[in-house]
Amino acid sequence: MKLTLKVWRQKNSKTRGRMETYPIDGIDEDMSFLEMIDVLNQNLIKEKKDPVAFDHDCREGICGMCSMFINGEPHGPEKGVTTCQLHMRSFKDGDTIVIEPWRAEAFPVIKDLVVDRSAFDTIIQAGGYISVNTGNAMEANAIPVDKSIANEAMNAAICIGCGACVAACKNSSAMLFLSAKVSHLNMLPQGEVEGKRRVLKMMKAHDEAGFGSCTNTGACSAECPKEISLSNIARLNRAYIAASLTSEESI
Amino acid sequence: MSWITNFFTSSVGKKVIMSITGIFLCTFLAAHMSGNFLLLKNDGGQAFNEYAKFMSTFPLIRVLSIVTFIGLLFHAVDGIWLVLQNRKARPVKYHSFKGGANSSWTSRNMGLLGVIILFFLIVHLKSFWFEMKFGTIQYVEYGGVKYKDLYSIVVSAFSQWWYVLLYIICLIALSLHLMHGFQSAFQTLGLNHKKYTPIIKGVGLAFSILVPLGFAIQPIYVLLKSMNVF
Repeated sequence: MKLTLKVWRQKNSKTRGRMETYPIDGIDEDMSFLEMIDVLNQNLIKEKKDPVAFDHDCREGICGMCSMFINGEPHGPEKGVTTCQLHMRSFKDGDTIVIEPWRAEAFPVIKDLVVDRSAFDTIIQAGGYISVNTGNAMEANAIPVDKSIANEAMNAAICIGCGACVAACKNSSAMLFLSAKVSHLNMLPQGEVEGKRRVLKMMKAHDEAGFGSCTNTGACSAECPKEISLSNIARLNRAYIAASLTSEESI
Repeated sequence: MSWITNFFTSSVGKKVIMSITGIFLCTFLAAHMSGNFLLLKNDGGQAFNEYAKFMSTFPLIRVLSIVTFIGLLFHAVDGIWLVLQNRKARPVKYHSFKGGANSSWTSRNMGLLGVIILFFLIVHLKSFWFEMKFGTIQYVEYGGVKYKDLYSIVVSAFSQWWYVLLYIICLIALSLHLMHGFQSAFQTLGLNHKKYTPIIKGVGLAFSILVPLGFAIQPIYVLLKSMNVF
């Protein structure tokens, strides 16, 4: 395959970046997208140029590190996959592929395609945990959890925190991420205890980080590599409204 | 800040204001649209003028119209605030952004549609509400009682084809605004349910087509009548 890549190049967070065009040849359609970038970087190194910096780790779709905005969509055109699981067979010979970093006030570019996603850590630190040590795994039937509730909580817990929801959202809102974290903890008995405090604190951290608000476009859920449902955002809204009205604490 | 200001300035709180005022304005639209069908009654405008007098003098309706104005103001100001804040959340734009791949055009352009509707409302209120309240309006008498002749003002406005065209364009914007807004309002309030969400979406779609259609029929009817089509 012969392709034209348009890649965002930015030296560091202080310099202004720009799009650079790189022709690339000899790409196999069975290569993953990141392997294609590896080939590009190999070429750049041979030409004594600075290779493109990009985030990646497990390359099997579970770590949430890869974060490329490909042809106008986070993680590219395929549904339910991360960039590392995207293969070159999803493109045609001769295609031009535009590759950009996530764009959000809360996700500043560090270099090229690498953005600082520590705003997500700040949200988690605000309440995305259980305060007590829950100890060893106990007898499974000691705390009954309905299977459908457990399924919903697990469907939310599957969030890998990659930030595609923020990247896809026209408002750079992190509501899908936040709602997944709140849902997975608040729906289960161990997390439910601190539910009100959690939702109030995490929402505050979300807003302070500079993320936008939700317009319910559904773009986040459509682009989420883990296909997390928009119903989590409704659950978050419900929990936030209820906690604001009923919590004795002022957060 | 108190918990109340914390709530209403949070990203969800601001949306709750949009949602509640939005649902309220929907009920206003439905009532306004059905009442105005009196324009189609073939009685020289008597029923419409009597209805206009009732709507502008009956105390409960007066209170409701003030609440509607306040609701509209909150919906518009809060909406503009949200748009500005959301723009700030992405200072550097994408070179290539394929919004159509993951969301509807209307959901991504609620602000633009809202501005079109606001522009329409200014023209609309100037033409009728302002004329009725402060303008030099003629009086008619039915059975010895004097009524402001709003009907004649409406008929003369709707006899201009370009005015009717402007109405229809704005009603299309309203329809698109409602197509996303109606169901979105429920999602914002957290009212999402496997059983009820499909019903809400269905009702929302029907509402967003039927209400603007009802509104559109009225000026089209008056225009065709003024052209002696029937």
